[in-house]
Amino acid sequence: MESTARDFNNNVDHALADPNLQDSLSKLKVGFSERRRQAAERLPEFEALRDRARDIKNHALANLDFYLEEFERKVLALGGHVHWAPTAADARRIIGELCQSMGARTVAKSKSMVAEEIALNEHLEAIGIAPIETDLGEYIIQLRREPPSHIIAPAVHLTKDQVADTFLEHHAKLGFTKRLTERNDLVAEARYVLRQKFLDADVGLTGANFLVAETGSSMLITNEGNADLSNTLPRMHIVLASIEKVIPTLEDAAVLLRVLARSATGQESSAYTTFNTGPRRAGDLDGPEHYHVVILDNGRSSVLGTEMQDILRCIRCGACMNHCPVYGAIGGHAYGWVYPGPLGAVLTPQLIGVEEAGNLPNASTFCGRCESVCPVRIPLPKLMRHWREREFERHLTPGAVRHGLALWSFVARRPALYRRLTALANRVLALFGRAEGRYRAMPLAGGWTRFRDLPAPPAGGTFHAQWKKRRA
Amino acid sequence: MRPIFAAAILAAVSQSPSGTSPRPRRVALFVTCLVDLFRPSIGFAAVKLLEDAGCTVEVPPLQVCCGQPAYNSGDRQTTRAIAVQVINAFDGYDAVVAPSGSCGGMLSHHYPGLFDDDPAMKARAENLAGRSYELMAFLVDVLGVETVTARYDGAVTYHDACSGLRELGVKQQPRRLLAAVKGLSVREMKTPEVCCGFGGTFCVKYPEISNAMVGEKSADIAGSGADTLLAGDLGCLMNMAGKLQREGSQVRVRHVAEVLAGMGDLPAIGEPERGGPG
Repeated sequence: MESTARDFNNNVDHALADPNLQDSLSKLKVGFSERRRQAAERLPEFEALRDRARDIKNHALANLDFYLEEFERKVLALGGHVHWAPTAADARRIIGELCQSMGARTVAKSKSMVAEEIALNEHLEAIGIAPIETDLGEYIIQLRREPPSHIIAPAVHLTKDQVADTFLEHHAKLGFTKRLTERNDLVAEARYVLRQKFLDADVGLTGANFLVAETGSSMLITNEGNADLSNTLPRMHIVLASIEKVIPTLEDAAVLLRVLARSATGQESSAYTTFNTGPRRAGDLDGPEHYHVVILDNGRSSVLGTEMQDILRCIRCGACMNHCPVYGAIGGHAYGWVYPGPLGAVLTPQLIGVEEAGNLPNASTFCGRCESVCPVRIPLPKLMRHWREREFERHLTPGAVRHGLALWSFVARRPALYRRLTALANRVLALFGRAEGRYRAMPLAGGWTRFRDLPAPPAGGTFHAQWKKRRA
Repeated sequence: MRPIFAAAILAAVSQSPSGTSPRPRRVALFVTCLVDLFRPSIGFAAVKLLEDAGCTVEVPPLQVCCGQPAYNSGDRQTTRAIAVQVINAFDGYDAVVAPSGSCGGMLSHHYPGLFDDDPAMKARAENLAGRSYELMAFLVDVLGVETVTARYDGAVTYHDACSGLRELGVKQQPRRLLAAVKGLSVREMKTPEVCCGFGGTFCVKYPEISNAMVGEKSADIAGSGADTLLAGDLGCLMNMAGKLQREGSQVRVRHVAEVLAGMGDLPAIGEPERGGPG
């Protein structure tokens, strides 16, 4: 996917001026967080489970090489294949060749953020293979040729009316010429159209929520069951997952599942939880003949052992963006690449470079709501601050900020000078703001006064000046 | 010896907040740079509340800023220099109290991490962290204050500023004290815990996003039906007051300490002084 993270400020302007997006976001902000809160309240051990989930992922990351190799051994023993993809280009090539080996013309895809990360659809189309997104949200945005705006609800930026228009435009040629207005009717129509595509597909491609080293299973949760059709009907099943998805045991998977769905949608459990363990065995009634797991690094291993390692704990529940007031104001597309919200603010600079995505970790108030709901307790604000430190060290911080900071720092480190200057500033601000008590505009403070008045201090001097007088 | 002595006192105090064990008497006020420059009355309100609770309050003259502007802009070197200055300025007091969760949290949660490569300085930072408090938490949790003598005729709504809430657990303490204020009723917002969009330099670096956030906050404030907005952080208060006034709202904005200290009759934040011109 082409990044527009560099144009973050432009993206923000568009997002704030888009009434459909703002309408959709107003619903998302209330719905997800309220459901998560209720789900957490219903489970007394939820906070303890978050600790265990964090510890499981930390253990897996500390022994990542061991568990990945263990996973590979198990998959091979089951008759499957594991492919190691150091880069996105490697993963695209491997998957393209696997599809070509089957003479595939269509690939049924279940939602995968890693597939978005490596721009798989564009590659498949370029080599003459049609990728069919089977998750409803992904299907909608594929028709509209848009990227996802949320990691678990890819079409959350759209209103029902926009979906109705999209379906009418694309399904009319299939005989669906009536514009639908009811949610259920839209789902039924998509289901009908997609069903035939499942039957036609030569290859099914899914992501994975977890790779279980103990059994060689890849685990997937969905609410639509589309992944199950993607991985059982076609003759080949390809699992695409990144290295940090591996966990030691099924027991660990059970712990992570208990926090994942609750954090994501507030469900106790998603509707479908599927473990794929190798290809069809003799006597199995269904399942793929060929089973391949493509494991992507794409820069993640370079995060291991650094101050950013905690981000690799992420289990992609989306709670951080559901609770982020910045995401809630601008939506996912403004972040300019695959991963939006606080997760994206930390991960995107890692994956595509901080020169490109430097705005993302800066566009945060550090309100800390993301960290307070993260099921694996990733200290997201702290990691964003680390990016700011790296930007500062590399002189990527904008000049105006650097110079302002240098000036402020010079004064702040000289208390006597600081007192004199603040006393002066206080007197001037109090004097000229006396009539109204506030300023509607102020030179050099346009960022503030464009949208807000600036309160003026009352007459009488700074606190320190008054305190000195009082004690004299 | 003094820091160890202070730590021992605080350890005893934290075990029995309202009991008879010794209280931290010699308290240093961390004024914060915004209070110093824009709203000195908050500092005096804090002094009054602390003195009423039996503390001796001092204001170390060498204090300036906690360093957050540098810290949150990624300038670690400057942050460290300022932290050293603060640690020196507040050496030896039983407790350091700030009328701000943001600045209080900087001292109590972030300073030690600045000195991972300097054990001696880290120990001093941890010592300061262990005796630094946000004002409401200090009054209620440490001093065991249960009531105040103030009066305020109005319906207030309380915004939970982010650092105080999520770093320091400030939530019930201000509400408990407000419940003791005569004439005052509390009307909660739907989402008092959602950020107002201030975020320090964020509000001028990303003014459009900040404006969208504070716009939503002002709608929530209006929906509460309160005539007064309170919070414990002046940065957030100035942001919300500025937005409310730009929108022509009649809601008055004050720091919670002012109301608790009986200073609720002062002109509100951004209001002209009565009797003055205009």
